[in-house]
Amino acid sequence: MTTGFLVTNRSVRWFLLALALFTAVVAFGSEASGAGLISTSLVKTLGKTLCLCLIAVAMDVVWGYCGILSLGHFAFFGIGGYAIGMWLMYARTEGIVMSSLSGQVIPPTPQEVSDAIGSQIFGVVGSSDFPLVWAFADSLSLQLLMVIVVPGLLALVFGWLAFRSRVTGVYLSILTQAMTLALSLYLFQNDSGLRGNNGLSGLQNIPGFEGTSQATISLVFFLASACALALGYILFAWVVAGKMGSVVKGIRDNEARVRFLGYRVEGYKLFVFTLTAVVSGIAGALYYPQAGIINPAEIAPIASIYLAVWVAIGGRGRLYGAVIGAALVSLLSSWFTGGGAPDVNLGIYRIQWTDWWLVLLGLSFVGVTLFFPKGIGGLFDYIVRKPS
Amino acid sequence: MLRILAALILSLGFAALAQAQDLQPVLQDHADEIAKPSRSSVSTALDALIASGLPQVTPFLEAWTDKGIWQRDADGMFFYGNAKGSDLTLRNIDTGAETTVSTVGHTELRPNGGVRRVIGTALVQFQLADPDITRRLSAIDSIARRPDADQLIPLLGSIDTEPDPTLKARKIQLANFLSASFAEDVADRIAAIDSLARDTSIEARAVLNQILSVSSQVTADEPTGGIARILSVGRDLTEAEAYERLVAANLAPPTIPPVAIRDALAANVIEGRVGGIPTAQLGTDATRAQAYAALAASGSVLPFVTPQDQSTAIANHTFYEAYDQDDTAITDAARAALSSVETRVAASRFADLALDGLSLASIYFLAAIGLAITFGVMGVINMAHGEFIMMGAYTGYVVQQFVPDYTLSIIIALPLAFAVTFGAGVAMERLVIRHLYHRPLETLLATFGISIALQQLAKNIFGTQARPLTSPGWLDGAWVLSDVIQISYIRIAIFVLALLFLGLILYILKRTRLGLEVRAVTQNPGMAASMGIDPDRINMMTFGLGSGIAGIAGVAIGLYAKVTSEMGADYIVQSFMTVVVGGVGNVWGTLAGASLIGFLQKGIEWLNPSNTLAAQTYMVLFIILFIQFRPKGIVAQKGRAAAD
Repeated sequence: MTTGFLVTNRSVRWFLLALALFTAVVAFGSEASGAGLISTSLVKTLGKTLCLCLIAVAMDVVWGYCGILSLGHFAFFGIGGYAIGMWLMYARTEGIVMSSLSGQVIPPTPQEVSDAIGSQIFGVVGSSDFPLVWAFADSLSLQLLMVIVVPGLLALVFGWLAFRSRVTGVYLSILTQAMTLALSLYLFQNDSGLRGNNGLSGLQNIPGFEGTSQATISLVFFLASACALALGYILFAWVVAGKMGSVVKGIRDNEARVRFLGYRVEGYKLFVFTLTAVVSGIAGALYYPQAGIINPAEIAPIASIYLAVWVAIGGRGRLYGAVIGAALVSLLSSWFTGGGAPDVNLGIYRIQWTDWWLVLLGLSFVGVTLFFPKGIGGLFDYIVRKPS
Repeated sequence: MLRILAALILSLGFAALAQAQDLQPVLQDHADEIAKPSRSSVSTALDALIASGLPQVTPFLEAWTDKGIWQRDADGMFFYGNAKGSDLTLRNIDTGAETTVSTVGHTELRPNGGVRRVIGTALVQFQLADPDITRRLSAIDSIARRPDADQLIPLLGSIDTEPDPTLKARKIQLANFLSASFAEDVADRIAAIDSLARDTSIEARAVLNQILSVSSQVTADEPTGGIARILSVGRDLTEAEAYERLVAANLAPPTIPPVAIRDALAANVIEGRVGGIPTAQLGTDATRAQAYAALAASGSVLPFVTPQDQSTAIANHTFYEAYDQDDTAITDAARAALSSVETRVAASRFADLALDGLSLASIYFLAAIGLAITFGVMGVINMAHGEFIMMGAYTGYVVQQFVPDYTLSIIIALPLAFAVTFGAGVAMERLVIRHLYHRPLETLLATFGISIALQQLAKNIFGTQARPLTSPGWLDGAWVLSDVIQISYIRIAIFVLALLFLGLILYILKRTRLGLEVRAVTQNPGMAASMGIDPDRINMMTFGLGSGIAGIAGVAIGLYAKVTSEMGADYIVQSFMTVVVGGVGNVWGTLAGASLIGFLQKGIEWLNPSNTLAAQTYMVLFIILFIQFRPKGIVAQKGRAAAD
């Protein structure tokens, strides 16, 4: 592979430049660097936003380039979060349990330690035994592997089944939505082994770094998220460039014609679906330690629809569009619902944005879909006119 | 002749009554037992009262248990009394003459709970024969609540004279229960038990289970008595449970749990060592066992019971369950009766489950039928369909705020909900969907936007708490076929409504001009347009129709579930799955899909009743797999219409 696609694709360079600038500004302005211009909570929000941008880019590839409107990618995001959350919660609880047991005259047996950790973690769902899914929770490297393997494997099996039986278009969307629904319903159960609707919590405390301040930890995660976004962006820019990218776009535009030209459409779709699922898992694994808590409600089908909406607002079929859409809508959302926006007084009625933001957002989807099918990214076409 | 005889007996009876002494002297004969009764002494007084056969006895006994009897301290006479402040109205027990006196000099009789129960039992026989049917009913209820061996004879005695046929049947049933449990003669009991084999009521099963109650036993010898079953360790109970039973029966020494071992070790640390082993090495079970063994050898702690000891002890004993009832003839009869009852109950349960499934299927059908038109026929993904359901439900709620009569308000609400959502649907089609017919996936986004806007709007207007949509009184309650099979009237109404809609939709699509034009536009819009059909108008009408039906479904669903701004979202995914599973573009397909999903969900819930979430999860997984193997649904479209 050469870096030819970077030369021909100017938008990738521009994007990386902008991302680097943004990262540098946040890094030097953060509390951890001493400047203190940007609060720790804002650094966390921005770090989380970068993770959302990463999954939006993945969504853009699978939908904007390959034409599969997946309503299940947020499920992969959640699985990644759960995988890393299990290790974070296990290791942190182990530390607490060990320090409380170390005071005893008789050293604890491994069984006693495991029982104590189990009752700490699963006490809320009335259990103290470790379910099978926690078998590797004590090993960071294995759980990191799970971040990649579980979403990848699920996407592989699901995609193989769906694409093999030629489920396409709207049906595929509903099928992926059903998958997401099944997963979130499963996780809501108390005996799912993942603490039911309590989810996993306390994930912002990184075991082994108890002495490090949250300011530093948040900055590290912010930088990691920025790196992940940059790498993911380059990866996907490479995927959608060149011959393979042409085939993928061809599938979007006319699947049957690509198949008749002799390409194995199912293979390409499966590759794109699985790859984007893996990247979504990684994005989730970076997101949830910054959010601090993960519960099944995060995975509900509506989250995946929002993901599609971000990409649509940003502009499909251009990677930077997905980033713009995800960043803009999620930041605006937290600004409006967090009470940051001033109320509008109409004299007879006072518009409180915490109540009306969703109405505005919903109507803006309609507006964007009707009047700007190319999304915000489409505006760049007016600015950067290619010489014809 | 007979009539004369009856008159004669009656007049004789009255004569006897007139001749009989008053009740007061009888009471005075047992004044001590009545004034200060105890559970043992009260029965002599009661026997005398009953033996007197006076009609005043029943009201007296009732008043006695209700603390309505007063005694005059001066001469020990008894009266009905009613105290108001310091005034006391006394009523003569025989003549009923009233006098008002001061409470001073009078004592209220306060029998304790045990005595009241004895009096109550004696009273039953009077109440069972009381001319007032409500009192007989309450007597029967009290027997059913607290069956007792003493009640059997009076109950049997009252059956023949019972005039009311339903009450008589109930008395016979109760008498059967009582004789199954308490009859003196074994043959009587067995006959009563056999007669219960055809009774599926919960009471009958409780009686049989009571007779078949078992207690767990363990013995080193051959088990004796009425053995219900021999328990095999490992299958019926775990080794730990078995050993616990041995310990409880004092047949084996108690085990030392790990916590106790640790505590014992911690209590016996000598110079940093326990039993010669340094404490730092006690972090494994093996070293702990070694240290504990050393302690036990020196006699400072109880000896450890090794797993081998436990296994040997368990192997040397037989664990079994024995019937509390000794007579095997009775337990055999009860077991046979119970198994026959359970077969009947299982059959009824199955019927009940089928009814549940049917009613769930009709709810899914109602929720999905509108979608079957907009999505199935027109191919438009309307994510706001759920919000149309919600709109219909809220319309019903608003109507009920203005029309207090529930029946009338529902009659007004149904067409109004149709009108409101029809309008909303037409507006949405004109303003948004019309522009997106060539981009079906984007209708999903636009309608999702409308969906969250509508949901939030409803939240802003009606608040987040659930609003009631009250059903008319005649829909309250349930149709009870037996103790097992019952179905609420609302669910029947929803089923009827679903049937009506099925008929209506089929009629519109297959028999009317509009339906013909809809089918023409669906199959080939260009050709339809050249035939003089206006596709724009047809699309608008079709979408309006689908949305309007969602509104009516909303009223129906609101009657049995809660009305919240999120109720639509609960049904939208299910509805899409119903349509997809059933097969797009076909009303019969939607019916098949709703039935499959409804029955399947109830079936899975039946297999795992504690966990409805799990049932839903498996359901969705099943649907995903189903679509893999039949991507076009149960009723697949054929021909040119199926091209896309």
